[in-house]
Amino acid sequence: MGMTIAEKILAKKSGRDRVAAGDLVTVNVDTVVLFDNNFMPSIWQDVLKMEHPERVVVIIDHRAPAPTIQSAGAHRTARKFVEKFKLARFHDVGGTQGICHQVVADEGYALPGTVLVCSDSHTCSAGAFNCIARGVGGPDVMYSAAKGETWFRVGTTVRYELHGALRDGVTAKDVFLHIAGTYGDHATQNVEFGGPGIAGLSMNARKTLTTMGAELSCEFATFEYDSVLADYLKARGKTGLEPVYPDRDAKYADVRRIDLDRLQPLVALPDSVLKNSRNLSEVAGTRIDQAFIGSCANGTLDDLALAARVLAGRKVSPQTRLIVTPGSQYVYREALRAGVIATLAEAGAVITNPTCGACGGGHMGVLGPEEVCITASTRNFKGRMGDPSSKVYMASPATVAASAIKGAITDAGEFLH
Amino acid sequence: MKFTAKVWKFPDNINTDLILPNRAFYLTPEEQVKFVFSANRPGWVDLVQPGDILIGGKNFGMGSSRPAARSLRNLKLGCLVAESINGLFFRNSVNFGFPALECPGIDAAFQEGDVAEVSFEDYSVRNQRSGAALKAAPLPDALRKLMQAGGLFQLLETEGYVAPKAAAK
Repeated sequence: MGMTIAEKILAKKSGRDRVAAGDLVTVNVDTVVLFDNNFMPSIWQDVLKMEHPERVVVIIDHRAPAPTIQSAGAHRTARKFVEKFKLARFHDVGGTQGICHQVVADEGYALPGTVLVCSDSHTCSAGAFNCIARGVGGPDVMYSAAKGETWFRVGTTVRYELHGALRDGVTAKDVFLHIAGTYGDHATQNVEFGGPGIAGLSMNARKTLTTMGAELSCEFATFEYDSVLADYLKARGKTGLEPVYPDRDAKYADVRRIDLDRLQPLVALPDSVLKNSRNLSEVAGTRIDQAFIGSCANGTLDDLALAARVLAGRKVSPQTRLIVTPGSQYVYREALRAGVIATLAEAGAVITNPTCGACGGGHMGVLGPEEVCITASTRNFKGRMGDPSSKVYMASPATVAASAIKGAITDAGEFLH
Repeated sequence: MKFTAKVWKFPDNINTDLILPNRAFYLTPEEQVKFVFSANRPGWVDLVQPGDILIGGKNFGMGSSRPAARSLRNLKLGCLVAESINGLFFRNSVNFGFPALECPGIDAAFQEGDVAEVSFEDYSVRNQRSGAALKAAPLPDALRKLMQAGGLFQLLETEGYVAPKAAAK
């Protein structure tokens, strides 16, 4: 019996011929990503030694630049740690700042066939690069940093076979809302994306899907290797890659076909994305106070450029505020050069610096009591973006931009076509 | 490791933002416990007694990597028994030393206020009121020991990888 992509990487990295669902394996970790929350005084313990410091990347992202004295202290601790171990890959507030999962993508830190860990739940994002990556929590990431290994429970795998191509204005976010809305959570399962339809998905679109794997509660979310990924890594000077393909006779818990042409824009109702998606027409007209585009799921150039297409020559409703947070400084500069930032700013959007920001209710767009938001970000849990009485609808950047124009949930179709 | 105590019940898909909301992030771990379930069950932290047992539904602890399991531990809860536990939350339970078990059927077998007997030795779960007996999923030995020993930072300290820190409880 063959193995899925995740099983093959787990087997290789644990020194076994094969693994099967239920196994507990210890694996070598190729890349360990630390970010500012790991250095917060409530959790940080000074690191005395590390077996493989060259595997460690440090990225300041959740609260950057520091909005409070406490986070400034965490940033300072991070800088001292980087200095102490002479770490080459450090992304401080500045030119290479960004949300850690976006920076991993920008820099090509995640390579096919490798294992990447970070404490943050959206680490599965890097699975777009044909590797296995997951959030492991604060203590575990320090263990991996110190010892260069970690453990995983091997899950079963669900494969999504994508066919066709998305219609204009329908995005990877809508594909996610379709999956979460139809199938609910994927706890204890790996998610594998493949099929002829992936050829039409950019790396940015793939990253939206793998990042949102965290919201499916999956173990790993991984894309098949193809020429789109090969070209992306080649452009970043990455060579000697070891792509992993699933075996023809791999055993899946389920194989599900998605015809991309048939998908429509969807919206998740507040508090959960699991079996909570609706056709846009069912919620159209719902008044909103804030619209947000950003996060590790929707802070890419594709996301910003699509919002700019919707907003070009139009204005954000005076009853609504639109906040746009590019995923990284790299993305910000790409968007500047493409004229996307100018279009968004002229429409009345507030462009913030790259950071996790409003997505986690940390800063730069926190919701007040009873406020309603539509967001193109990762999560819509109760109270996630601010006061527990606020409500968060989730949708694509196109839908969010269109909703900002009308001050109410709106289909982007009328602005795009 | 055995626990006998009153149970509190919570539904499916309890998420980490409910256990440890963002607005409590800058507080000390001791202060963070006051915010546990403040959005979905205000006042609960004042009712719960040390040693009490949490019974959860499916996918307990879905969401972020924040140290939510540590807040449940610091609330001095005895343990968590859930239909299923989110993978990331389970890692944090092991790593912060908060005892947690998966036990299919637990939700139907208990009403809030019942007294449960939970054993981390033979993985039995019993309802004292009804007599119902269930079997939880056994933990791999290494993970049970880590959970019992107080978690991962303790281990890293012992092995000389990180400096001790009294405040990092």
